[in-house]
Amino acid sequence: MSKVSTTLALPTGQVAVPTGLFINNEFVPAVGGETFQTVNPSTEEVICAVSSAQVADIDLAVAAARKAFKTTWGKNCPGTERGKLIYKLADLMERDAQVLAELEALDNGKPVKIARCALAHCFCAGKLREGRDFDIGDSVACLRYYAGWADKIHGQTIETNDLQKLAYTKHEPIGVCGQIIPWNYPIQMWAWKVAPALACGCTIVMKPSELTPLTALKLCELIVEAGFPPGVINCTPGLGSVAGHALSYHLDVDKVAFTGSTVTGRKIMEAAARSNLKKVTLELGGKSPNLVFESADLDQAANWCLLGITYNMGQDCTAGSRVYVQDTIYDKFLQLLVKKFDQVKVGNPYDEKTFNGPLVSKGQFEKVLGFIEEGKKAGAKVITGGGREGTKGYFVKPTIFANISPNMRIVKEEIFGPVLSLGVFKTEAEAIALANATTYGLGAGLHSNDAKQCMRVSGALEAGTVWVNQYNLLNNNVPFGGFKQSGIGRELGQYALDNYTSVKAVHFNYGEELEWPPV
Amino acid sequence: MPTSLKYTFEAPCPYKGTTNFNTGIFIDGKFHDGSEGKTIEVFNPSNGKKICDISEATPADVDTAVKVATRAFHTSWGLKVPGSERGRLLMRLADLIEKNAEELAAIEALDNGKAYSIALDFDVAQAAAVIRYYAGWADKIHGKTIEVDETKFAYTLHEPIGVVGQIIPWNFPVYMLSWKLGPALATGNTVVLKTSEFTPLSALRVCALINEAGFPPGVVNILSGYGATVGAAIANHMHIEKVAFTGSTLVGRSILKAAANSNLKKATLELGGKSPNIIFDDANLEDAVKWTAFGIMFNHGQCCCAGSRVYVQERIYDKFIADFTQHIKTLKVGNPMDPDTFQGPQVSQIQYDRIMGYIKSGKDEGATVLTGGERHGNEGFFIQPTVFVDVKPEMKIVQEEIFGPVVVVLKFKDEDDIIKQANDTFYGLAAAVFSRDISRAILVANRLQAGTVWVNCYNKLHPQVPFGGYKQSGVGRELGEYALANYTQVKAVQINIAAPAP
Repeated sequence: MSKVSTTLALPTGQVAVPTGLFINNEFVPAVGGETFQTVNPSTEEVICAVSSAQVADIDLAVAAARKAFKTTWGKNCPGTERGKLIYKLADLMERDAQVLAELEALDNGKPVKIARCALAHCFCAGKLREGRDFDIGDSVACLRYYAGWADKIHGQTIETNDLQKLAYTKHEPIGVCGQIIPWNYPIQMWAWKVAPALACGCTIVMKPSELTPLTALKLCELIVEAGFPPGVINCTPGLGSVAGHALSYHLDVDKVAFTGSTVTGRKIMEAAARSNLKKVTLELGGKSPNLVFESADLDQAANWCLLGITYNMGQDCTAGSRVYVQDTIYDKFLQLLVKKFDQVKVGNPYDEKTFNGPLVSKGQFEKVLGFIEEGKKAGAKVITGGGREGTKGYFVKPTIFANISPNMRIVKEEIFGPVLSLGVFKTEAEAIALANATTYGLGAGLHSNDAKQCMRVSGALEAGTVWVNQYNLLNNNVPFGGFKQSGIGRELGQYALDNYTSVKAVHFNYGEELEWPPV
Repeated sequence: MPTSLKYTFEAPCPYKGTTNFNTGIFIDGKFHDGSEGKTIEVFNPSNGKKICDISEATPADVDTAVKVATRAFHTSWGLKVPGSERGRLLMRLADLIEKNAEELAAIEALDNGKAYSIALDFDVAQAAAVIRYYAGWADKIHGKTIEVDETKFAYTLHEPIGVVGQIIPWNFPVYMLSWKLGPALATGNTVVLKTSEFTPLSALRVCALINEAGFPPGVVNILSGYGATVGAAIANHMHIEKVAFTGSTLVGRSILKAAANSNLKKATLELGGKSPNIIFDDANLEDAVKWTAFGIMFNHGQCCCAGSRVYVQERIYDKFIADFTQHIKTLKVGNPMDPDTFQGPQVSQIQYDRIMGYIKSGKDEGATVLTGGERHGNEGFFIQPTVFVDVKPEMKIVQEEIFGPVVVVLKFKDEDDIIKQANDTFYGLAAAVFSRDISRAILVANRLQAGTVWVNCYNKLHPQVPFGGYKQSGVGRELGEYALANYTQVKAVQINIAAPAP
């Protein structure tokens, strides 16, 4: 019989953390008692064991979600009420921000300061750390944003040519949604999925990543405290190949939303097709380019490019992992960039000065080091970094490769670490061609002070998000998603509501009679 | 020294406590004396006695408020503050209204005369709900990007207007406050608002909550004053770009004229009504009787959308009249502080006299009083719920808005007849249809000239559903997403990418 809770030592103190599966507002062990271990990437040590959901557990969770959808949620709970509960959840997350940030730092390795938003809401641009809402602050704001949508899901009344019917649409909740989230932003990805689904009236079975399950489970305590009816949100940590597989094949799940690698995204889509044609939205990988044109403010461009590849240790689907610089400013820009790279502080995530913690796991660590070796073998030049940082923990030095060519694996494939491929171009057309030469299409950035160039280039880039004189910074009310193989559908903004609603058209005949037999 | 009110509520009021709040004019986050140091007397309509004096604002105070609101708009509000922050503050205000609900309801019952339990369960609760609803819109004010051709990038921005003037009535003081503040603040405007001189107290109590919620000073300014002075100053002000008014059609005209004469400020108006309530012979009669009574007697008939003309299909007329009159007699008229009371006094001597005048005119013109028709009690402005039958369409009580607990009941033959009778008014605020035949209800609803048509209910409002008048009942819509259009102006930005100069 596995236990469903553990106590962990965090800087704040001893904190109880649930480790069971969260079904029907209760933490329970897996039916068969299976568990997996989660590791602290700073120390390489095991943190604790967490229940591992199997097919039988997913069945229970889906049944709980279906029951709630039919009784206490879905069309049975008015939007205003749903909004109130989501807003309450946001308040509780804000209250517990410090503990959640510390738990996130422990399990994922990202710096506490970046994980947390304890600082006053800042709406002045520019300051990277002071007052800028990061993971938890953004997550709280995301929940509040969607709480506001909950009673504003409008359909249309539509005038029809025959003038004898009232035609209207209703945007109804899809139903039971399986949500599979990644390990790079555990809390934030949890919020991005949960908020719009709940606002639209859907119920949820969420599978957090097996690398970072702890904050998802800790957040489930807040779900109970906020007052959500049992079964509305269920959280079933487990292995992708088991729990994720079961969810995407499940015949009683109406929709699956997945964020993760393109490779796994294909499997999810295939599973949906093979099972019950459940609706699918995918947020996948990227190999996003940053273009630096000669008229750009070079110092600013360098700052944004640095952020683009070192933020979250490069473990970001929109990581600006390819930077192309116009030849006339290449040398100057490279000099600036290297200087800034060398100022990135890599170290203990609990240290408030740390900007880069370790990578999330041994597997990722080995993968990224593998790419670095590949790059060296292929003939690219290491300008800075190029290997492990320190001797303990999965720390990697922020790395710049120059003298790249398009066929190198480090230029084509997503590395998901702090490794930048730096290239050069002559003309605007060449820059655009280089940027678009990828099967991905998630993000892109361009840096230029030529307004017409900015309009032309942003129009030509094949990416779901294009940053002009900026990088990486998203807003909860602006949609986000991929062109090409970077994904299907959009998250954030009003657009996310489409992922969780089904349109029902009602034709209400009040005037037409049917003659039989027809004349 | 600005005025203040200290008042202790006692049994039978379910809220027992002492309220103590500043009753000066609220400008720039602080309470002030009026510029001429004058005061207005506030009366308790339950007994006609004075409650207190409050500071009276003047046109000079309007000027000060506009300066302050303009400054706030350009520095600490407007486009300087993101929608999510505006929404957060509005949410806090809603929470604070709920936290102080009982006190606010008691103040409302004291000042306006409506029943405390109704003020609590409806007025104050809904005021919080409306503010909360608009808090959710604040960061969702979208423009469009618009395809033209490849040489151009065109998009629209829905920007706040700036300083908006708002004038609210006395029938739902705190609830009307929420209808005005919610959308205006959510969209980024700053506000100069005049309450009714008859019911200024609940808004003054809310001013302290506005500060507590954290709104920057100057974003909301609330002035107690008279229509002829402060109201006119707002409507005529050269630096207020928009005025929103709720009140009588008569005053609405003068607001629109003032807007035209001054700076062509945008104007939205929620005016009067003489709304028809239509009962078909296949209606659920028991329900129709209850809804109809509620439709006219709720808030003592002091609703712009009151169902003050009831039309009953011939075949069921006698049964309806008998049941309806019976039901009206069960409505409890009395002390608003008594938790059982449904109907308190009318708001003022002026309203009382006006309504009694209409009742007299009904009697004089030959209509029959089935119940009521007299004063209730001998203290305060109480009037008996009154039902008139045997009325003719030309009678004053059928044509004009009475704004009291007085209803006229008429007959009709069929759909075509009722459409003609119902639409025979220059008003067009609301209407209702009672029928079990949904096709018939929809067809009739389609033909009624009214901004709200209720089917099988009356007087139900929701923050999400728009409300406003056809014809002389008003201009524009409040509530719902539609209200946002009242407080934004559209800027189209057209960026030339590649078109050569001419």
